[in-house]
Amino acid sequence: MKGQAIDRFAATLPAETRASVYQSTKATHEKRTRLLFDQFADPDRLRALAGEIKQHAIENLDTYLPQAEARLRANGAQVHWAGTAEAACAHVLRIMRDRGATKMVKAKTMVSEEIELADYLGRHGIEALETDLGEFIIQIDHDHPSHIVRPIIHKNRREIATSFEREGLGAYNDDPATITRRARHHLRHKYLAADVGLTGANFLSAESGRIALVTNEGNSRFSVAATRCHIVLVGIEKIVPRDRDLGLLLNLLGRSATAQDLTVYTEFISGPRDPAQPDGPEEMHVIFVDNGRTEVLAGECREILRCIRCGACLNVCPIYRQASGHAYRSVYPGPVGAVLSPLLLKENFPQKADLPKASSLCGACHEVCPVNIPIPDLLLRLRARAKEENVPSPGTPPMGPWALLASQPTAWRAALVAGRALNVLPTRLIPVPALQAWTASRELPGWRGGEFRRWLKARRRPAPPAR
Amino acid sequence: MLNRERTPLTGRRVQLMATCLCDAFYDDVAAATVEVLEHAGVEVAFPEGQTCCGQPAFNGGDWPASRRVVRHTVRTFAGEDPVVVPSGSCAAMLFHGAVLEFEREPDAPAVEALGRRTWELADYLVNGLGVRAWPGRYPARVALHRSCHSRGSDSVAAALTLLRSIAGLEVVEFGEPEQCCGFGGTFAVTFPHLSGAMGQLKLDHVRAAAPDVYVSADMSCLMHLGGLAAREGRPIRTLHLSQVLRDALRGGEAKP
Repeated sequence: MKGQAIDRFAATLPAETRASVYQSTKATHEKRTRLLFDQFADPDRLRALAGEIKQHAIENLDTYLPQAEARLRANGAQVHWAGTAEAACAHVLRIMRDRGATKMVKAKTMVSEEIELADYLGRHGIEALETDLGEFIIQIDHDHPSHIVRPIIHKNRREIATSFEREGLGAYNDDPATITRRARHHLRHKYLAADVGLTGANFLSAESGRIALVTNEGNSRFSVAATRCHIVLVGIEKIVPRDRDLGLLLNLLGRSATAQDLTVYTEFISGPRDPAQPDGPEEMHVIFVDNGRTEVLAGECREILRCIRCGACLNVCPIYRQASGHAYRSVYPGPVGAVLSPLLLKENFPQKADLPKASSLCGACHEVCPVNIPIPDLLLRLRARAKEENVPSPGTPPMGPWALLASQPTAWRAALVAGRALNVLPTRLIPVPALQAWTASRELPGWRGGEFRRWLKARRRPAPPAR
Repeated sequence: MLNRERTPLTGRRVQLMATCLCDAFYDDVAAATVEVLEHAGVEVAFPEGQTCCGQPAFNGGDWPASRRVVRHTVRTFAGEDPVVVPSGSCAAMLFHGAVLEFEREPDAPAVEALGRRTWELADYLVNGLGVRAWPGRYPARVALHRSCHSRGSDSVAAALTLLRSIAGLEVVEFGEPEQCCGFGGTFAVTFPHLSGAMGQLKLDHVRAAAPDVYVSADMSCLMHLGGLAAREGRPIRTLHLSQVLRDALRGGEAKP
């Protein structure tokens, strides 16, 4: 097959899927923009400030991570460090086995997708049930999320109703309220039967050790309320210096992610149950996951670690809207994924070096990013890296001959004249792949090379204007 | 670097960077740019050695090739005079892209200096020279294309200021103006399906607004959109902003 994988994927995406992705992302993006600009005098200044806070945090992890660890321990939590995905999974398994636990309820966390935790636990005889409705549907379908915030953006309710019927969750019914009610009923019993609740953390304050968790379904609260042990999986870049930073970041996260002032549930958890409290988990484990992040931090694209996983860049991205999330072959799709996913592969970067190419560099992602990540600049840096590492890139025109021409004015002017051949030769006979690709769907304007220069010379210039 | 971190203007003499696209395809756009600048009382020099801003290789990831072209451009546009470009994209290449790819090069200061005196045409007229109203008359409904390289710059606002000031001209809005048209340089040929699909969306929005002419500060986007529309057999009329400004001085749309 010729061409770029993402282009091919987009070309074969069912029209129905594309339509639902497009409508849903467009609606969220437009509502997000209205909210931010109606409610704040200068939302772009807020984005810049949030970006500075996160940039400061990731550049000072050597200060903030030990501080967070000390606070968490003082709060009664246990802290674990995982350099790799395998190590993070192993920590979770060991904690489960130490308690003789076999059942976990899981809130939505992207880092658990990244380390493929549910599969790992399944292979070791532990049931890890997704409790977020979207992730639950992904799990019963053995599918993958296609959006950071809305994992099932690529599915319609008829497909979901079919899946529910297949899983014995009632006769076919594609009414969203019914689907939700059935899932809720099914999951309520699972919370009560589970030994361990696992969540992520949207933010972790180094000052207090407090984690901030946002959801709209309350499932993370159930996961933590009904179980005796709470495991938190958190990427090391989720740290913020102070509790007061959360005010700004939570304000931006809800609006950027789902166009809400604030999500329905916002939880702050700083440790296990205090003896004075009537219930709550008696144990809390916080697992800090690196899995390639320190390498990213050491490189030229470290700004991507500011990301707060809101998905706004996916929603606005014209490529994501056309191609949908699975085109990116990664846990993290869209513009942020096109930077982060190849980087997290470390030395296997070439496997996903095509992702940064799948962008018109339009900059819409940068414009909406709540932490002001210059995503187009990072995509460009990764393109340069791919070229340096000689990763093949199907369809990318070779630039060497052009650069030679464009740095020699005499040759350039000669080429301008010679280009007139384009006006007489049928383009299909000219063996330049880029020209063929252009004219496959577009007309080429007539070649007028050198005409402007002739006009300028022939023209009698008017007298210079009076100063 | 943003286009706002700029060397203050002193004289009324500029160097025109015509762009490789106008050099090869759109000579009338470059000519209109000269006439518009001269009407604004600006003396226009055209360095003969100019070729291209270096963006194709920069976007394609071949930074050594791009730097070679940028170095040539820096030499060609030597001196202190501002460089005016009838393209938001080439201007952004010089004040942002080139700066990025020269971060670790010894001649980065020269590249930055060129960036600081590079202006997109509308930005130069409105924010450089202080032009607030454009004379003449242009009786037409005009839709303005927001080229992506103008994001975060003052170019779109400047173009709208100029267009709205022209007698008889009505600026019409259309859906999702902030969405990319799918040109994207080499993206257009490397991802032909995505590029075409994005272009179709843009064309749908523009056609729904039914302007007499679709105007842009960048010919590259128009070459893509106009090319798609023509291939469909449903051409749209496209013009560069400089052509509208020049034709306004002549009392309206030039008759072909």
